[in-house]
Amino acid sequence: MHELSIADAVVAACAERASGSRVIRVRLEIGALAAVAADAVRFCFDVCARETPVEGAELEIVEIPGRAVCRDCEGTVALSMPLGRCACGSSNLRIVAGEELRVKEMELA
Amino acid sequence: MCTTCGCSAPDQVAYTDPRTGAHSHGDGHIHTHGDPHGHLHFPDHHHDHAADGCGRTIALEQDILAKNQLAAERNRGWLAGREVLAINLMSSPGAGKTSILERTIRDRQVAAPIHVLEGDQATANDAERIRSAGAPVLQINTGTGCHLDADMVSRGLRQLDPGRGSMVLIENVGNLVCPALFDLGERARVVIMSVTEGEDKPIKYPHMFHACELMLINKIDLLPYVRFDVERCIAYARQANSDLRVLRVSAETGEGMDAWYAWLLGHFSVAKSRENARRRNGTGTLDPSGQAAPSGA
Repeated sequence: MHELSIADAVVAACAERASGSRVIRVRLEIGALAAVAADAVRFCFDVCARETPVEGAELEIVEIPGRAVCRDCEGTVALSMPLGRCACGSSNLRIVAGEELRVKEMELA
Repeated sequence: MCTTCGCSAPDQVAYTDPRTGAHSHGDGHIHTHGDPHGHLHFPDHHHDHAADGCGRTIALEQDILAKNQLAAERNRGWLAGREVLAINLMSSPGAGKTSILERTIRDRQVAAPIHVLEGDQATANDAERIRSAGAPVLQINTGTGCHLDADMVSRGLRQLDPGRGSMVLIENVGNLVCPALFDLGERARVVIMSVTEGEDKPIKYPHMFHACELMLINKIDLLPYVRFDVERCIAYARQANSDLRVLRVSAETGEGMDAWYAWLLGHFSVAKSRENARRRNGTGTLDPSGQAAPSGA
């Protein structure tokens, strides 16, 4: 349940940059391989935002699909977990997308 | 605050020295739960989007874990300056982290002074065991928190005060999920499995195995009594991390522990030679990724 720490960090980052304004929307990017459950972040976000400038803000989460490149054949593999196998049979994969965990932007009232 | 498991507010984290029983709680500087003193400023990217209508949109482009990452890099620099090797040990509860540490301390095969940071939700029981084994230790109780973070380790390191050229073994909270995400400033991460667990744990919890560079398979003395296919377990683990090194050990009998000590010493000499090179050249800090392969084992 590290999503509470994640949600807390999001609220802190937004509140810090809001300079006293009210935050009405926050957009995150969460990769499919980031080990973070978007629904849990959503749940925790409202709790963490209470009594901060972020209270009541809409949380938008853009999920980034996982993608790896095979180190053996250079092929691209779609991943939903940080494990998988290339069509060539190799599991020697380098993850190139899906580990994102970013606050992209926020909208102030 | 999550009442089931979520991570603690800073004042719920307690630091206990088992020798004196003295403990303290995180002050406002330890974590960043809306902490007004958390003076961390990020590059100012903000700009207005006139087309957005009524609201003003600010681009942040900021890693959510940036604060933890920064604290971890600070720890890394602090450790490097003291030529202290820090290793982050993770596993599910009961895999034998504390037993491996006790054996490592008692065997005295690692030629550097060993210090331990013990992470648990509650009690100083593990710190007591480590102290009895003969190493300086500090217990970090995370309260409801399910993992250590870099700020907790920062505070723990300063209290533990490891001397130059020593080793700090960090026993994370027993959990195969959350700790994988939080860089503590360690040089290497180790995951411990035991043969009394399911051999498919690496594919059930792939993030953890992906995040570590070494897997210890512990309790191999019990192999005759349990159904556990070691080779299959290793194959599963390498699906999550093809570069994963694997050592089979028994903290109970000592079997295989020499290879673990050699691995630790390999990392230790890398840490020392890098810091010496840095001093000679008078240049920057160590490679924060700590990717160099140890020469031992």
